[in-house]
Amino acid sequence: MLKERWNDVEGGFHPASAPDYLPEDKLREVQLRRLRAVVKRAYDNVELIRTRMQDKDMAPEDIKQLSDIAHLPFTTKLDLRDTYPFGLFASPMSDIVRLHASSGTTGKPIVVAYTREDLEVWAEVMTRTFASCGLHRGDVVQNAFGYGLFTGGLGAHYGAESLGATVIPVSGGNTERQLMVMKDFSVTAMCATPSYFTHIIERALDMGMDMRDLPLHTGIFGAEPWSDAMRSHIEQGAGIKAYDIYGLSEIIGPGVASECSEQNGLHVFEDHFYPEVIDPETGEPLPDGEEGELVLTTLSKQAMPIIRYRTRDITRIIPETCACGRTTRRFRRVGRRSDDMFIIRGVNVFPSQVEAALLQVEGTLPHYQIILTRENGLDQMAVEVEVTPEVFSDKVRALEDVRAALAKAIEHIVGIRVGLRLVEPRTIARSEGKAKRVIDNRSL
Amino acid sequence: MKLQQLSIFLENRPGHLAKPLELLSEQGINLLNLSLADTAEFGILRIIVRDWQKAEQVLKDAGWVVKLTEVVAVDVEDRPGGLAEVLQVAGRADLKIEYMYAFPLRRSDRAALIFRFEQPDRAIEQLQAAGGHLIDAEELFAAAE
Repeated sequence: MLKERWNDVEGGFHPASAPDYLPEDKLREVQLRRLRAVVKRAYDNVELIRTRMQDKDMAPEDIKQLSDIAHLPFTTKLDLRDTYPFGLFASPMSDIVRLHASSGTTGKPIVVAYTREDLEVWAEVMTRTFASCGLHRGDVVQNAFGYGLFTGGLGAHYGAESLGATVIPVSGGNTERQLMVMKDFSVTAMCATPSYFTHIIERALDMGMDMRDLPLHTGIFGAEPWSDAMRSHIEQGAGIKAYDIYGLSEIIGPGVASECSEQNGLHVFEDHFYPEVIDPETGEPLPDGEEGELVLTTLSKQAMPIIRYRTRDITRIIPETCACGRTTRRFRRVGRRSDDMFIIRGVNVFPSQVEAALLQVEGTLPHYQIILTRENGLDQMAVEVEVTPEVFSDKVRALEDVRAALAKAIEHIVGIRVGLRLVEPRTIARSEGKAKRVIDNRSL
Repeated sequence: MKLQQLSIFLENRPGHLAKPLELLSEQGINLLNLSLADTAEFGILRIIVRDWQKAEQVLKDAGWVVKLTEVVAVDVEDRPGGLAEVLQVAGRADLKIEYMYAFPLRRSDRAALIFRFEQPDRAIEQLQAAGGHLIDAEELFAAAE
């Protein structure tokens, strides 16, 4: 039955989606086999992982069942920074065919690597992502994820090609051209960040264009948190179905998990990425259904195997089977993170980076607050900074210069325009002596 | 000649000017003069008071950011052209004025011009050489209060 439907590419399952429907025991078997192999690969080739396992008196052979994964050491974003650029690679450069790097951070970015086989897996999981969102051969996909060092653009690109769709690699920006392409090329599906797509809807209205009249029927959205309210707004405004997809460069890029026709939780491509949910305080694994931090292990990555990566994303595994028929587990859409990092227009920003900029300009750290809003569908970032005696001047121009220097230093880090306001001392609320650093007023 | 001016940072929002002024009035500190420089988002309140040490302490204790600046006081006849003559001297001597403000002196027919020069000492020298009448804090308060 399934086999027949796989062959029916136009209406049913894409062949690449077969692993999404594996019987559970078969899936666990695949996972265990791959987990043992990836742990061995990491142990043999990556010094950091070998040392950490040795510290715990662990050898790859100690992985006898899937639950043994809980004994393995975690990997954090800091580990990726500390081993910059190539310290976590498990393949020689001669086997690595692609590098990507994180954007929008000061200092060292995070570098990720792919072998030929890794790229094939990536294309496969993105094919499954698109299939899961109801796309197939014949669809015309406008890919507005950024092309370049960011994994979004190329990740979605090869997945859509591999699916058999027609890809338009338009990348981000130039909204009027996006709309022209969408209309003139009879685009049926679009990949974008949800905030950028909302902006496109607004722009279309300004231009007297009703997107509901276009052939566009599907939107694939990722790279930043968004809410069900925003989904309704997008679906009604553009006359499309809007799907949430999930991924991170450290693991592979987009293609770690995706919603399906049910739009109720994201299915993890579990045969390649093993999900756990842990208590972010204690690090202990939590049973399915309980909320905690998502931890991911790459089961098939060659160039850069990542063991138990702490995503900082707070979610829970949905234990019930999904009505779509997939057997892979789902997690709830990610609404918040366990640290104070925030994502604005696809760029990860840590308050500590903003602090570094303030410190650089002022010499001491003033009290400050980051306020995130969404205006006309675009995320906006404002920073309020309390004036200190060190920077205060009786001259307007001198204060304006301070304001501009602070704004520039922060903009240099986050890569977007930042509204910077100087405020009176003691106006930023403190709780327990510590200010709340990020106020997120984006109606997610 | 030189006198101390206090500057206070304010947000440009309704009610914000009143707060530091109420504080000073509670302490019985009388303002000789007040000037306000503002942008869309913030303002700088500049005041001249007799007991500036006390005013500065009161404001700082209440958490305000206060800056002490030396300004130069010149008095001129309160008539058309009084200010212009001083500005001509300043212009000829290439004295850079950051800002200035003026007010009439209550006990005379003269007006006080308060200048924030980039180089106050050189300004004093040049203005005196040109015959300008510079006054110190004592004279200013005697003529104004």
